[in-house]
Amino acid sequence: MDEILKIEQLKKSFDDLSVLDGIDLSVKKGEVVVIVGPSGCGKSTFLRCLNGLEDIQEGRVSLESEVINPVSKSTVNARKKIGMVFQSYDLFPHKTILQNITLAPMKVHKRKKAEAEGEALQLLERVGLVSKKDNYPRQLSGGQKQRVAIVRALMMHPEVLLFDEVTAALDPEMVREVLEVILSLAKEGRTMLIVTHEMAFAKAVADRIIFMDGGKIIEQGTPDDIFEHPKTERLQSFLKTFTYDR
Amino acid sequence: MMDFEIINSYIPRFLEAFRLTITIGWLGIALAFVVGIVVAFVQHFHVPVLTAIAKVYIELFRNTPLLVQLFFIYFGLPKIGFQISAEVCGVVGLGLLGGSYMAESIRSGLEAIPPSQTESAVSLGMTKPQLFWNVILPQAFTISLPAIMANVIFLLKETSVFSAISLMDLMFTAKDLIGLYYNTTECLFMLVVSYTIMLLPVSLVGRLAEKKVRYRMFGD
Ligand SMILES: Nc1ncnc2c1ncn2[C@@H]1O[C@H](COP(=O)(O)OP(=O)(O)OP(=O)(O)O)[C@@H](O)[C@H]1O
Ligand SMILES: [Mg+2]
Repeated sequence: MDEILKIEQLKKSFDDLSVLDGIDLSVKKGEVVVIVGPSGCGKSTFLRCLNGLEDIQEGRVSLESEVINPVSKSTVNARKKIGMVFQSYDLFPHKTILQNITLAPMKVHKRKKAEAEGEALQLLERVGLVSKKDNYPRQLSGGQKQRVAIVRALMMHPEVLLFDEVTAALDPEMVREVLEVILSLAKEGRTMLIVTHEMAFAKAVADRIIFMDGGKIIEQGTPDDIFEHPKTERLQSFLKTFTYDR
Repeated sequence: MMDFEIINSYIPRFLEAFRLTITIGWLGIALAFVVGIVVAFVQHFHVPVLTAIAKVYIELFRNTPLLVQLFFIYFGLPKIGFQISAEVCGVVGLGLLGGSYMAESIRSGLEAIPPSQTESAVSLGMTKPQLFWNVILPQAFTISLPAIMANVIFLLKETSVFSAISLMDLMFTAKDLIGLYYNTTECLFMLVVSYTIMLLPVSLVGRLAEKKVRYRMFGD
């Protein structure tokens, strides 16, 4: 498999606070990488560096041959090939669902309205939301909004998808409907980096799991390596936080 | 009691004054809107130098009465060589006062949009101008609309000080007629009626527009 995303010696700090401390990672085309780690360890910051939302102090992020970070002119172009979905959905509240998902394709890719809407409806159909196309975001449940946000990202035909705790703000009964969508994307062979606290989902979706702590990659491997045979003490104690003993 | 015959005979003069007042009023408001947008954008984009000027302008005009501003423009400008008619003075005065209010209303709308809106638009590949015009501005406008409408009504009422620079507006006409014939009750009645006719439709249309625009985003 070909390498698509390459991260080299990435260092990021906010003023005096070092958040990412030398991260190296190479993601292959079609690979699903899940990132786990304790709260505040820099997972969100890491994803944000990958599409240039945060600038970095050292190192490099590149998509195929284009450099995304350090931020330069090529960032804008490379970023179009990376889709990102956030915990808080961040749909555009003044636009209908259909307008939400066709805005960027029409403005950025200069696609024709009818053509963009055709694809939008197909994708909405796939996530079971065609009937909501003329509603406004406020009229949707959290789970529905998050599925729309995923469709909105897919409309840009990204080569890599980034998901940052996309179910963290959802009620438990809505988590599944969103994760099913992401699972189906994995089956299609999409390249994805997923930050999540849903360990069962991580196990199911990941080709590779990365455990981050203190701004570093501490351990990585297959779901089996990570969950059944954790090597480091830090990962072992992190995994313990997800189980309960009487 | 009121004499409706007298009122009847005053109607033509009040109509004339009404016409003048709304013409200058709305031209002033149009100017205020343009000035407000420019000043708010200057502040929003932190344009060097101009941002500082914008701040001074806003504080200066928001914190002085329109009457004083009109006197400055009407009596002050000719002293440094600018002859300007009372009508133009009214439009410019109202436009500059209103501009400072409009700027603040528009700016606060722009500031109310969470940065996450920008980030999600950016991560969809939109450029700064694309996301400003399609994502930020329409939302900001929705949020600012009630304040903008309040400014419009405030500015229309402020036209009542135009009489001070001898524009024959509603106030001027009423005072003039009272001075001539002492029919105070009738003249005051006409004033109330005129201002109500001028402002009530604006209030109603404004409320309707707010409802329509707000509904999309907030559902109320
Ligand atoms: N804009 C910012 N300015 C300053 N500090 C920040 C900023 N964003 C994040 N941080 C800090 O960087 C560290 C990493 O934050 P980040 O959000 O990346 O963690 P996370 O792993 O995503 O946590 P969580 O699981 O709670 O989402 C935290 O200590 C946080 O306080
Ligand atoms: Mg996070």
